Amino acid sequence: MKPITYSELKGNSKPFYALAAILAVFILIALACAYYMEHSGHHVTGMTNQIVWGMPHVFAIFLIVAASGALNVASIGTVFGKPIYKPLGRLSGLLAIALLVGGLIVLVLDLGRPDRLIVAMTSYNFKSIFAWNIFLYVGFMVVVAAYLWVQMERRMNRFAKTAGMLAFIWRLVLTTGTGSIFGFLVAREAYDSAIMAPLFIAMSFSFGLAVYILILLAAYHGSNRDIGNVVTRKLGRLLGIFIGTVLFFTAIQHLNNLYAAEHGAVERFILVDGGIYTLLFWAGQVVVGGLIPLFLVFRPASADSQDSSRDIILASILVILGGFAQVYVIVIGGQAFPLNLFPGMEVSSGFHDGVVSAYAPSFPEIGLGLGGVALAGLIILLGIKVLRFLPVSLADAAIDPHHKAASSKP
Amino acid sequence: MSSKTKDKKMTGTPGFDPARRSFLAAMATVAGVTLAPGVVLYGISKSSPANAAATSDVRWGMLIDLGRCDNGCDDCVSACAKENGLRGFGRPDTDAQWIRKVDIKDPETGYSKSLPVMCQHCEKPPCVDVCPTGASFKRADGIVLVNKHTCIGCRYCMMACPYKARSFVHETLEDQKPHAPRGKGTVESCTLCVHRIDSDRQPACVEACSDSGGGAMLFGDLNDPDSEISKRVATYASQQIRADLGLNPGIRYRNL
Repeated sequence: MKPITYSELKGNSKPFYALAAILAVFILIALACAYYMEHSGHHVTGMTNQIVWGMPHVFAIFLIVAASGALNVASIGTVFGKPIYKPLGRLSGLLAIALLVGGLIVLVLDLGRPDRLIVAMTSYNFKSIFAWNIFLYVGFMVVVAAYLWVQMERRMNRFAKTAGMLAFIWRLVLTTGTGSIFGFLVAREAYDSAIMAPLFIAMSFSFGLAVYILILLAAYHGSNRDIGNVVTRKLGRLLGIFIGTVLFFTAIQHLNNLYAAEHGAVERFILVDGGIYTLLFWAGQVVVGGLIPLFLVFRPASADSQDSSRDIILASILVILGGFAQVYVIVIGGQAFPLNLFPGMEVSSGFHDGVVSAYAPSFPEIGLGLGGVALAGLIILLGIKVLRFLPVSLADAAIDPHHKAASSKP
Repeated sequence: MSSKTKDKKMTGTPGFDPARRSFLAAMATVAGVTLAPGVVLYGISKSSPANAAATSDVRWGMLIDLGRCDNGCDDCVSACAKENGLRGFGRPDTDAQWIRKVDIKDPETGYSKSLPVMCQHCEKPPCVDVCPTGASFKRADGIVLVNKHTCIGCRYCMMACPYKARSFVHETLEDQKPHAPRGKGTVESCTLCVHRIDSDRQPACVEACSDSGGGAMLFGDLNDPDSEISKRVATYASQQIRADLGLNPGIRYRNL
């Protein structure tokens, strides 16, 4: 196998500039939305005193979870020593940083007082998982940046495994922290469970890889570089394993709750009569984001390489849509179900006690969230233009030492 | 040893030096003159609660007797709004509410009751645990507050509070009361009328309840065994909302 050559994108075509301009417009819209929300107050959003976290948090959590998962491709190459993943590692690190920045900017711009970010950086309550997360997120960027450097600087390559191991452990801790934001909420029946941490880790594997596959294929098809079936099929099958893991943890989460009579009402709400949340759970997360992509990646591979690559692209898109549905059900559905102040009693008040809270996402929230996605996209786009993240070719022969032997067999 | 015999012994001790004694006396006078004003001022400051630091010797709490709380009465709610300058914007989903009347009904028996619910001023408040900046804090005397200077408006405390006691300020406010600082983009909740407590007065809801003749709300120091509230909670059964969470709220209910 020849050594892998990496190169920057030329990045001087019309579509390149058009894409960059579109992403920039989304970012500007997001800034305008954030300004409008901060200037008028959050009453212009769909968020209320009942649904205190809304669409921005759905976007932010999806991006942050996907960020840690996007790093897995690099980890599999350097930490677990799978040679075929090695050429994919650099892009994996870039995605991890870009998605995290995109998610965090949404979170910060949604704060009631984003101008006080400096307070969040200087005044800490170390009992708060949020405070830990500030260190975990910033630390993650530093660790991944170092990891990228040792991968890209030939003289430092010998440290790649150590840096990769550190980054891998860090990302597991980071996603544990993100899941525990919900897991630690003792009073909310939909959360309050240690399973939130491993569930979020499984979600990160799946969402992160789906995003990775789409960006990788878009970059290669967009820049007319070769990418072979070996890479896409391998990533597709790996995605299938991760989709199955998410479904497994989701099943355990609900089975465990269903067993306890006290959680019967909240489970009934999510699984049976929760309206939009029930629909998003079954149709969005389970069918669109789970079963269909599982079928797409595991059905017997089509002989036509274009067909199989199309299946994997479709599966990745569905995983992302299903992932948004899942995060929406967790974040919004979990808050919509009323807090149980008086177990066993019927409760009502002028402050929405005892009733399912309504929530309708508003334009500023969605605009802000999409801006985070656009920012991540722009960072990736500029990153691959200025630095050598992408191998010149991912054609089968270029990356798979066994390719010729395999293809020569009948 | 009596002081007399002590004196005797001292005068009888060889090497007794009258000059040393007068020197010590002079030093004592100087020290006394120097320290006395400070001691006096310290005493004055201690005697004035408005200037005194909150101390954990005290645990402020409330006992709400639902046997005396009228279903249709919301005097405590309106007194709170007036005292703290809470004005609605006609948007019930986002308007702030520090205290509310909750109607409960046992579906098995048909028993129903209405009770006021506000920040329960927990001994182990989840809102304080989760706050990333420490803006949500518990004073030494048990009052749970939000530091308006360091709250970044992340609303994690609202997610964590089991009592739905906190509100986020969703709009620009004007003409706030100086004793009840509030501001857009920060979280707030019942302060137990800390400004009143610090000047030896009762919370506004308690006063209003008493004025209306209900007298259902009793405020006092749960740490002082001689206080009326301590005597009552020691004599009669009282309950805490969601006692199973182990948060030990300072607000207790009777006849719940």
